[in-house]
Amino acid sequence: MNKMLKYIIADILRTKVMIGYMVLLFVISFVVFASESNASKGVLTMMSIVLFMVPLVSVLFSAIYLYNSAEFIELMLSQPINRSQVWIGMYTGLGLSLIIAFCVGFGVPMLLFASNHGWVLFVSGIFLTACFSGIGLLASVKVRDKARGIGTVLMIWIFFAIIFDGMVLFLSFQLADYPLEKPMMIMSALNPVDLARIFVLLAMNISALLGYTGAVFNAYLGSGLGRLICATVLLGWCILPYWISLKWFKKKDL
Amino acid sequence: MTVKTGILKWLVSCCICFFTCISHARVIEVSVNAIVQSIASAIQLADHGDTVMVFPGIYREGNLIVNKRISLIGIDHPILDGENKFEIISVTSDSVLIQGFHFIDSGISGTVDFAGLKIYDASHVVVEENILERTFFGIYSQHAKNCIIKNNELQSFGGDELQCGNGIHCWKCDSMQIIHNTVKNHRDGIYFEFVTNSIIWRNVSEQNVRYGLHFMFSNDDTYVANYFHHNGAGVAVMFSNHVSMLGNHFSQNWGDSAYGILLKEISDGFIIGNQFDENTTGIVMEGANRIETKRNLFSSNGHALRIQASCMDIVLENNEFIANIFDVSTNGSLVMNSFHRNFWDKYEGYDLNRNGLGDVPFHPVSLYGMITEKNPPAMMLFGSFFTKLLDRTERVMPGLTPENLVDHEPRMKRFLM
Amino acid sequence: MIEIQHLHKSFGKFQALIDVNLLFEQSHCYALIGPNGSGKTTLIKSILRLVIPNSGVIVIDGKPCGSDPEFRRLIGYMPQNPRFPDSMTIGQIIAMMKDVRGDQQPDEELIKNYHIREMSNKKLGALSGGTKQKVNAALAFLFSPKILILDEPTAGLDPLAAEILKEKILLEKQKGKLILITSHILSDLDELASDLVYMQDGKVLLQQNTAILKMETGESSLTKAVASLMKNHDEPSLISNE
Repeated sequence: MNKMLKYIIADILRTKVMIGYMVLLFVISFVVFASESNASKGVLTMMSIVLFMVPLVSVLFSAIYLYNSAEFIELMLSQPINRSQVWIGMYTGLGLSLIIAFCVGFGVPMLLFASNHGWVLFVSGIFLTACFSGIGLLASVKVRDKARGIGTVLMIWIFFAIIFDGMVLFLSFQLADYPLEKPMMIMSALNPVDLARIFVLLAMNISALLGYTGAVFNAYLGSGLGRLICATVLLGWCILPYWISLKWFKKKDL
Repeated sequence: MTVKTGILKWLVSCCICFFTCISHARVIEVSVNAIVQSIASAIQLADHGDTVMVFPGIYREGNLIVNKRISLIGIDHPILDGENKFEIISVTSDSVLIQGFHFIDSGISGTVDFAGLKIYDASHVVVEENILERTFFGIYSQHAKNCIIKNNELQSFGGDELQCGNGIHCWKCDSMQIIHNTVKNHRDGIYFEFVTNSIIWRNVSEQNVRYGLHFMFSNDDTYVANYFHHNGAGVAVMFSNHVSMLGNHFSQNWGDSAYGILLKEISDGFIIGNQFDENTTGIVMEGANRIETKRNLFSSNGHALRIQASCMDIVLENNEFIANIFDVSTNGSLVMNSFHRNFWDKYEGYDLNRNGLGDVPFHPVSLYGMITEKNPPAMMLFGSFFTKLLDRTERVMPGLTPENLVDHEPRMKRFLM
Repeated sequence: MIEIQHLHKSFGKFQALIDVNLLFEQSHCYALIGPNGSGKTTLIKSILRLVIPNSGVIVIDGKPCGSDPEFRRLIGYMPQNPRFPDSMTIGQIIAMMKDVRGDQQPDEELIKNYHIREMSNKKLGALSGGTKQKVNAALAFLFSPKILILDEPTAGLDPLAAEILKEKILLEKQKGKLILITSHILSDLDELASDLVYMQDGKVLLQQNTAILKMETGESSLTKAVASLMKNHDEPSLISNE
């Protein structure tokens, strides 16, 4: 369908960063799973690492790759190819290669050690990869300068990984007199990292150990419908940044 | 008098003695085809010391009152049907044995505590090897002494708290032995109120609506090797002293207010060699004093241990904490408690002198744990990078977590098997 | 062939193109000149629709060009600073371009003359600027397009390579192609250009046949003709600017 796709994927998979990412993930997953006696504890440890590393690498790599291939995009756009084709090629190319790296780096140790618990984290990792590639695309199409673009992308990542949760905690203290479980649940949907985390916790039955809050969680999101909504919102997070970036890219002056 | 006549006299008196006994202890058989067709009439016929043997069949006799020192023995579990209206057996005499019956469908009421079997003001009653199904209360004792309740299987409806009573219910009793019973789907599996000097040994209490074991104002009791799992709220031990809990297993008591054990206003207790796994909270202590908590294994719980600031002199020694979300949490600053030689899987210290004990003290209360204690919805952030960051920072520069809640000799390796 | 009507483009407050009206015809070679920031590259990119104009119409080969990318099949474009994916080899990028454009009969003259085939296993990331420019040129001419848009084509090329390129441009012109060149080296354009378009501050100040221009100014070379034109217009010198 897209002639560019195979060239982009081949190009990305050859880069040292991508191979490094894959090897690093593999080594970390392998060591964590092998050293934890309990598979579900291993998955929990890996959850922290995956939720930290996957968004960072995805968003940063995507943005940098796009900045570096500005001329290549120009070359492509001076051919009889339309913009959405180029852009979807870029997104799927980046997303697929990052996902392939993730699948090999995390998926293989997961299958070896924690195949019963690990799959949810695996799926969440794939969602997060796609979502943050999209965010990388969004930043790079909006910010022209590479250095500023990388800065922006890092800020976005810090926001989702740390600041957002800090804000949630702050708010929960400010509004401690009100029943906050439901508003917080809705708020968490605004952050794909939180959503992915909750998705994993629910599937691992950890929520049962979290007391009242966990019980509310399980009641709302633990059901089949809840999980479906979770997955849908995550999917939305994968599509929305890309979709906006495509709109912008179609109007962008190169 | 010669030796010969002496022996003869003794033999004769022995014989007389023997025959009077035999003639006194009759066996009355009850069955559909026998002369005696109802248990009630058999009890009527029986005298102290007699045995009533009940053969298989379904007996619908309303409320049976056992007011004589007899043994009531069921052969192959004859069914006693309470027809959803009656208390099936009421024991009002001492030294009664009730064995081998299958109780079904006792009355259910909001005002009367209908039971499968009830013991009133009696001592030395033995209830064993019975099956109780769909009874409101199971085996109910009041003002009983020295009774044994053993090898019974009890199962009720489950559902909500109004639909079922307690499995084994003891009120104002003394020296009871509750041994190897299985209680399922009742309100409380085993319920003790004002019960002293008793032992609860090798029982399994599961899937009860409220507590696996509910226990109030009962002193000097001992629990050994019981298994409490999947109960709505775990085990509650309240307002009692000198209670020992040894080698019990508390597992998978999940829910918003579920715990392995709730200790409320308990003093001078021993909690030794128990295992707590996959509970929302392993142990909650509120107003507990002088509790020795040793050699317990806490694994995969939400909170392993919650100690409210109202507790004093809690000794926590040689326990193992594995894969719990929070090891210890508290709602204030704790004083006068001692933590020693526990194994904490979250410990990251070193052991230079190789004595098996870490050289750096371990602070088991995490900052995030304290935050969620004050602000439960913050639990939603569990596992996020932000909370990890909080805990890391606190571990490097402790400032907010209680500084006297510390294990100065954390173990480097696991030691309980 | 290319007709531009009332083309406007601004980047924020900066007006890059102001009411540009131009007509480019076949068999002509247009030299697009002007100082830095005068809008040359913006104009070229507008034609390729790499820059989206605010208003105005560009008609290529009778069809107004919009979001349908097919019109670019007619164009061979040689951008100013070629950069290719570093990890690809020369052979791969040529194969890729052939794949992307579809199976047309490729014109491999420049590939042959620049000895590119011999280097086809080299990584693009490892190439010198000049070699990249050779690849760039070869790609632009590869599909014998009707229109050639060359942005600083001789920059970075050694004299021999530049000469090969000029010959190729002349050859294509004779074949009836439309050629649009921007360059700062006016002496290069002298031999090639049939027409001159002079731009400044986003406006087209002059579109003139070079022969007529030389006649009018009385100069023998294009460099001098332009210089005298500048003087007459009381504009800052084009050449000293560079």
